[in-house]
Amino acid sequence: MPIIKVENLTHVYSQGTPFEKVAIDKISLEIDRGEIVGIIGRTGSGKSTFIQHLNGLLKPTSGKVFFDGADIHASKEAARDVRYRVGLVFQYPEYQLFEETVSRDIAFGPKNMGLTEAEIKERVLEAAGFADVPESILESSPLELSGGQKRRVAIAGVIAMMPQVLILDEPTAGLDPVGRESILQKIMDYRRETEGTILLVSHSMDDVARLATRLLVFDGGRIAMDGTPAEIFDRAEELKAMGLTVPAATEIALALRRRGIDIPESIYTINYLRKQLVSLRKGDGAC
Amino acid sequence: MLKDITLGQYFPGTSVIHRLDPRTKLIGLVCYIVALFLAKSYVSYALMALVLISLSALAHIRPKTLLSGLKPLMFIVAFTGIINLFYGSGEPLVQFWIFKITANGIRTAVFMVLRIMLLVCGTFLLTYTTSPLQLTDGLEKLFAPLKVIRFPVHELAMMMSIALRFIPTLIEETDKIMSAQKARGASFDTGKLKERARALVPLLVPLFVSAFRRADELATAMECRCYHAGEGRTRMKELRFAAGDIAALILCAAAIAAVSVLRHYGL
Amino acid sequence: MDEPIIRIEHVSYTYGEATEPALRDVTLSIARGSFTAVLGHNGSGKSTLAKCLNAILVPAEGRVLVNGMDTADEEKLLDVRRTVGMVFQNPDNQIVASVVEDDVAFAPENLGVPPKEIRRRVDDALKAVGMYEFRLHAPHLLSGGQKQRVAIAGVLAMQPECIVLDEPTAMLDPIGRREVLATVEDLRREKGMTVVLITHHMSECIDADRVIVMSGGSVALDGSPKEVFSQVEKLRAEGLTVPETTELIYGLRENGFDLPLDALSVDECADVIADRLKRKE
Repeated sequence: MPIIKVENLTHVYSQGTPFEKVAIDKISLEIDRGEIVGIIGRTGSGKSTFIQHLNGLLKPTSGKVFFDGADIHASKEAARDVRYRVGLVFQYPEYQLFEETVSRDIAFGPKNMGLTEAEIKERVLEAAGFADVPESILESSPLELSGGQKRRVAIAGVIAMMPQVLILDEPTAGLDPVGRESILQKIMDYRRETEGTILLVSHSMDDVARLATRLLVFDGGRIAMDGTPAEIFDRAEELKAMGLTVPAATEIALALRRRGIDIPESIYTINYLRKQLVSLRKGDGAC
Repeated sequence: MLKDITLGQYFPGTSVIHRLDPRTKLIGLVCYIVALFLAKSYVSYALMALVLISLSALAHIRPKTLLSGLKPLMFIVAFTGIINLFYGSGEPLVQFWIFKITANGIRTAVFMVLRIMLLVCGTFLLTYTTSPLQLTDGLEKLFAPLKVIRFPVHELAMMMSIALRFIPTLIEETDKIMSAQKARGASFDTGKLKERARALVPLLVPLFVSAFRRADELATAMECRCYHAGEGRTRMKELRFAAGDIAALILCAAAIAAVSVLRHYGL
Repeated sequence: MDEPIIRIEHVSYTYGEATEPALRDVTLSIARGSFTAVLGHNGSGKSTLAKCLNAILVPAEGRVLVNGMDTADEEKLLDVRRTVGMVFQNPDNQIVASVVEDDVAFAPENLGVPPKEIRRRVDDALKAVGMYEFRLHAPHLLSGGQKQRVAIAGVLAMQPECIVLDEPTAMLDPIGRREVLATVEDLRREKGMTVVLITHHMSECIDADRVIVMSGGSVALDGSPKEVFSQVEKLRAEGLTVPETTELIYGLRENGFDLPLDALSVDECADVIADRLKRKE
């Protein structure tokens, strides 16, 4: 049973007004437990609208969304419940911090879930651990923290709900290289420990190439491509035609192929490219 | 969602009304409102409606657009109409329980409804044809004499202009914050009044924090572009009275005169 | 003129309640017409340095001279800011008016420029950034990249000699980034504008004339992009990455490939690798 299933999902904004816009158009797909799905596409291609349907924030204009086999809009309770099972971290989540202390902000989700004081405390500590939020700042005001720390607190706030599916929209946006690396590592650690499903929306092809086992390419409200990173980045020219970039390794590989070097198809990480080039050289007869 | 509000929205254009000096339009609106409140008869209201329709035509605004601007206020309009319907004086035409409808009541209700609608449409006409910058520049110039008593005219005009500029941006941000908090289980539309008020904290705190941050960054950016308050500032689009403005102001005076005269004769 | 447009002399700066200085005894000069990229992790002092260039911050020790004017001189404040314009990270928080052309006119209006001249400057600035067709649009409906270009136009309308951009692409999507960088490149080439670009993205620095790496408030590395990016170990120690091309070459060298570390662009990198591989045949 796929953990998320979407059937003919369509969403139209401002229906019936001159501003009417079809944001997503009859999308159907299934996501299995444990997958790490990268979602890529130009701004305006429907990615944000799509992910907000998965946790019930937006209601479909038509079509259905199923979580663990059940229609999430079957009842009001189901719709509310799915927010805790599908955790959504928005872009620049640090702008949503509001509580007096870090621990209270992280506790916001669990509190809304109706957990006991003891459970909430446990969740806060666990989430802080996952997101690398040091205990020393748990009683500080969120407004006193650095940008990177704030972001980790915001992510902890969603993890504290222990969602089975974690969706992150541009989690590394605006961070420096060290910050980016750190966040991505935390996401992978979380998944490893909880065996959860991860959906990662990103403009960074390199991030997505490294982490995802499956890529969904959005274009004009539809899914233009759905496959493994190897399959997707193999279609580099099509991606570029859609206005998307490809990972740096793919660009270099393409450039090498244009110069007559017989690199195997579909390369998308520097590491793998390096290994291929090394074995290529050995293959030509070592001296 | 909230982004679709067109009330108060400016639409660039080259109509006669668009090209009037904003000061003329501001004075014109005041005259229009005065005339509206002086109107006391079907004839006067018809005259005001005629004025509105002619002005809209001159401004190239379609009646449909004008009416759509009224949509958000339909509730208030209907409410006012109903209240006035039941509070007239004189002989009741219809009576049930403690409510009575009188001929007077009907007349007042119709006039009140018309007045609100004409008032809103008039203001709509102003904002439709005048950019926020023109409006604040116009106000700044009109109130300039107050500088003599050290009234911060320029500063207030600048504040208004910036506030207007940021309204859509802040609305967008409110949407985003609401979505993020709802994603953690916040609920903004359930519960008693007290609960709903408390539920606004996760929305208002980040919004205010963000607004302060924006203000700080904007102030720095303004200083980098050599802003130093009102001294010596010029304008790319200077306000100058033209023949059209004189004509318009004369017409405004005429409208007030006409309604006053009608009122004098009991109409 | 060979005189540097900006001279930074023994500048130190500490923020209000901080225990450590954000800038420590920094001395360097920015050459007229050059493109200088400034890199560094968060907290390295790069943003503080940028803000000292047009008197947003005035150094506690040392001085900054812009065309010979001391930024600490209050009489010269407007002249300094007119000469060195600044574009910030958040596109929204730089736009002051509700119509694009009104916003671009803001700076010349502040400077008391006559109306007809303002009109000319606004039109020229918008054309220079490719936003002339949007001059009557409302800024909040534009994309991030478009907003940043309007912000740049707003600075251009002052006719500065130098533009400092503090992480201008940090909040933009790839298309927006491309637009902004292309615009900056055009300004450099066609108007001889001096450009100082503060950034995290290594790829944006490849075409710079000079790369400065800040660390702990001081200059850690300073040289051409090729010189700086070849020092892979040092950069990694600073918590920075190198361009992917350099990463690849560095890795291949560890595997015995004889490759130059300064092939930074994709084409250069592919050229040297292809060349090496073909020579083995």
